[in-house]
Amino acid sequence: MAPVAPRSGDAIFANIERVNAELFTLTYGAIVRQLLTDLEEVEEVNKQLEQMGYNIGIRLIDEFLAKSNVSRCVDFRETADVIAKVGFKMFLGVTASVSNWDAEGTCCSIILEDNPLVDFVELPDTCQGLYYCNILSGVIRGALEMVSMKTEVTWIHDVLRGDDVFELQVKLLKQVPEEYPYKDDE
Amino acid sequence: MQFFGGSEISPSPPVPTASGNNGHMIYMFNRNGVCLLYREWNRPLRTLNAQQDHKLMFGLLFSLKSLTAKMDPTSAEKGNLGVPQLPGQGCSFHSFRTNTYKLSFMESPSGIKIILVTHPRTGDLRDSLKYIYNLYVEYVVKNPLYTPGSPIRCQLFNTTLDQYMRGIA
Repeated sequence: MAPVAPRSGDAIFANIERVNAELFTLTYGAIVRQLLTDLEEVEEVNKQLEQMGYNIGIRLIDEFLAKSNVSRCVDFRETADVIAKVGFKMFLGVTASVSNWDAEGTCCSIILEDNPLVDFVELPDTCQGLYYCNILSGVIRGALEMVSMKTEVTWIHDVLRGDDVFELQVKLLKQVPEEYPYKDDE
Repeated sequence: MQFFGGSEISPSPPVPTASGNNGHMIYMFNRNGVCLLYREWNRPLRTLNAQQDHKLMFGLLFSLKSLTAKMDPTSAEKGNLGVPQLPGQGCSFHSFRTNTYKLSFMESPSGIKIILVTHPRTGDLRDSLKYIYNLYVEYVVKNPLYTPGSPIRCQLFNTTLDQYMRGIA
């Protein structure tokens, strides 16, 4: 029996249950607003958003693998392509692109032209250090960790801070193969 | 440090229906060897206690995967035998059959392993295993009360799974 081919991001996005985009944007905005009120420090909020994203990512990966049928990616380039073309399309409905590969192929940039999380958002002067979409960097880090890749994800460009696009840098630190978890003593 | 799930296992079998006696047992493990789920519908003989049984099953799969990947005649690169591989890499076995049962296996790239032990004349169960993986995503992963990496205690998942197993048998 031939293996099922992976489905494209558009096909899955069409079949999956969707929620109203404004509801999503406003809910996320309310979360960030509440975090700012509770934690007050912008750095703390950034860290908390990343942690929330990480918790989402470790569960999201299973849904992604189940719905998209992609098999294990051969190298990091393929991984980045899959994240940008299938992953972002499937969950956020936007297509991202990948660029700025470094020489060894372990570091790249994912560029998002539009981003549903930031519709209607403007950063006030008191929150200039805030990475509003930091949840996305946590999601990518969490998801990749569940497929044995330790990565570091940071924001390079952010539209809310005056740049043209959103640019995330994803850097592969190492691949962690699974080990036999039981000790040898019975 | 605890490697496997708690000592109680999900309780067993619903009443077998006329057609539905094909499935015997199901195991689900995560990448760290934690037994997420064990359910049995028809298992007349038990030789080991639950924890040893899970450990044995996990160890068996780990070794079989390693062996099948190393013996692959079509693959160019092979590490040394015993070097751990990334889940999903290389070729992976999907079932083996003896004269009394058939064991079907599926592993996702995130390390979730699903094992189904059934009647020996069962056909290819890869699609069923994929469907069970989808059920896992819908009822367990998306459940906010479930901690990833712990044994599954979702009643709804168990019921849906039982219903599905009765349907495919």
